[in-house]
Amino acid sequence: MAFTQEQLVEGLAEIVNEIAGIPVEDVKLDKSFTDDLDVDSLSMVEVVVAAEERFDVKIPDEDVKNLKTVGDAVDYILKHQA
Amino acid sequence: MAGRSGVKPLEGERFAELPVRIAALAAVDPGDVLPRPLARRLDRSAQFALIAAREAWADAGYTAPAGEDSGLAPERLGTVIASGIGGVTTLLDQYDVLKEKGVRRVSPHTVPMLMPNGPSANVGLEVNARAGVHTPVSACASGAEAIGYAVEMIRTGRADVVVAGGTEAAIHPLPIAAFANMMAMSKNNESPTTASRPYDTGRDGFVLGEGAGVVILESEEHAKARGARIYCEALGQGLSADSHHIAQPEPSGRGIAAALQHLLDSTDLKPSEIVHLNAHATSTPQGDVAEIKALRKVLGEDLDHVAVSATKSMTGHLLGGAGGIETVATVLALHHRLAPPTINVDELDPEVDADIVRGEPRPLPQGTIAAVNNSFGFGGHNVVLAFRSV
Repeated sequence: MAFTQEQLVEGLAEIVNEIAGIPVEDVKLDKSFTDDLDVDSLSMVEVVVAAEERFDVKIPDEDVKNLKTVGDAVDYILKHQA
Repeated sequence: MAGRSGVKPLEGERFAELPVRIAALAAVDPGDVLPRPLARRLDRSAQFALIAAREAWADAGYTAPAGEDSGLAPERLGTVIASGIGGVTTLLDQYDVLKEKGVRRVSPHTVPMLMPNGPSANVGLEVNARAGVHTPVSACASGAEAIGYAVEMIRTGRADVVVAGGTEAAIHPLPIAAFANMMAMSKNNESPTTASRPYDTGRDGFVLGEGAGVVILESEEHAKARGARIYCEALGQGLSADSHHIAQPEPSGRGIAAALQHLLDSTDLKPSEIVHLNAHATSTPQGDVAEIKALRKVLGEDLDHVAVSATKSMTGHLLGGAGGIETVATVLALHHRLAPPTINVDELDPEVDADIVRGEPRPLPQGTIAAVNNSFGFGGHNVVLAFRSV
């Protein structure tokens, strides 16, 4: 099944909340993982792996560096989901 | 001081097949004390260390990390937190993840969590320590070696303040199986609270414990300048190595005696002022007696006025954490002038030729008094620390 943008933001918010403790309502499209959401490079790997599982998508390591904001991740998953 | 044992049965299927199914589990789960995002990226040993360090830091009167708000320059602050084994549960748990869920699911935090210097590094980040962040590793002497190293950092002028201690969290089937197969552990599964019984004729090995003990060491000048409460003076350390066997204690106590002699030679501690000793005494048949023999050899009749306590009878053996919590116990014994009890000594081993504090705590004399804390480790490491009342 394909996920909507809204579902992806909601899912990523839950993942970021679990990993970095940021309230779900603060996780928005324009937020930077590193600068706004307290997700460092190690935790970003956790976010990516959790997102892969949840949204049934593969995010290769070389693409992770391009995912600066929540919006970048949402767009990537929208484009690549099965 | 209450003379209560913290040893409990180990519940759950993963412990069911082990010959040893008891341990002194921490009364509070450290993962429940720390915020979840922080706790999930720290090994349990680092969680214990961080909580202990925060408590010590606040108790020392610091309300902020080193920097402008605390009036302490980060370059003058160090940490020395030791662990005997490091993040062994992280390593083993992540190996399970690798086997069961695959490569991709192995946590990217695994290496910082399993490295033995992780607790020291995390505490260093917490308090903003830049003079140095260190981790001596000498098995069950690690925590004491950390305290000694911290004293040297201050004495040699590298730091004004050092956060020091030891931590361990190794209650997992594999370390227990390994220690049990060395025949080092008590198999008294039927009676957990009486299993750790140093100096008793019925002792049959140590009981594993977990947790951390951390103190703030500070130069006298620095502590007085800021009006800090001073619990005691750290006199220094005595060190030696057995060079006898990788895991067996040297039966005559030769190495322990050498460490104690080194302490007497390298500090101004006088045998006549020692009134209390927190013994290594892990409740093993050989080790407990070798330690007492060494004490008698070096101190002679002066051992008669030393109230000897084996707090592992209550806490179990925290391995690399032992020197940390036993330093806390020794320092507080001086501060409150009360030696903690040794429990479960129903029948004192006749070879134990020393004044053991049995059953109840014992008041210590007024005036200037000193206490010694012993820690020894697999590998033949002997560390003896001394403190004096202020």
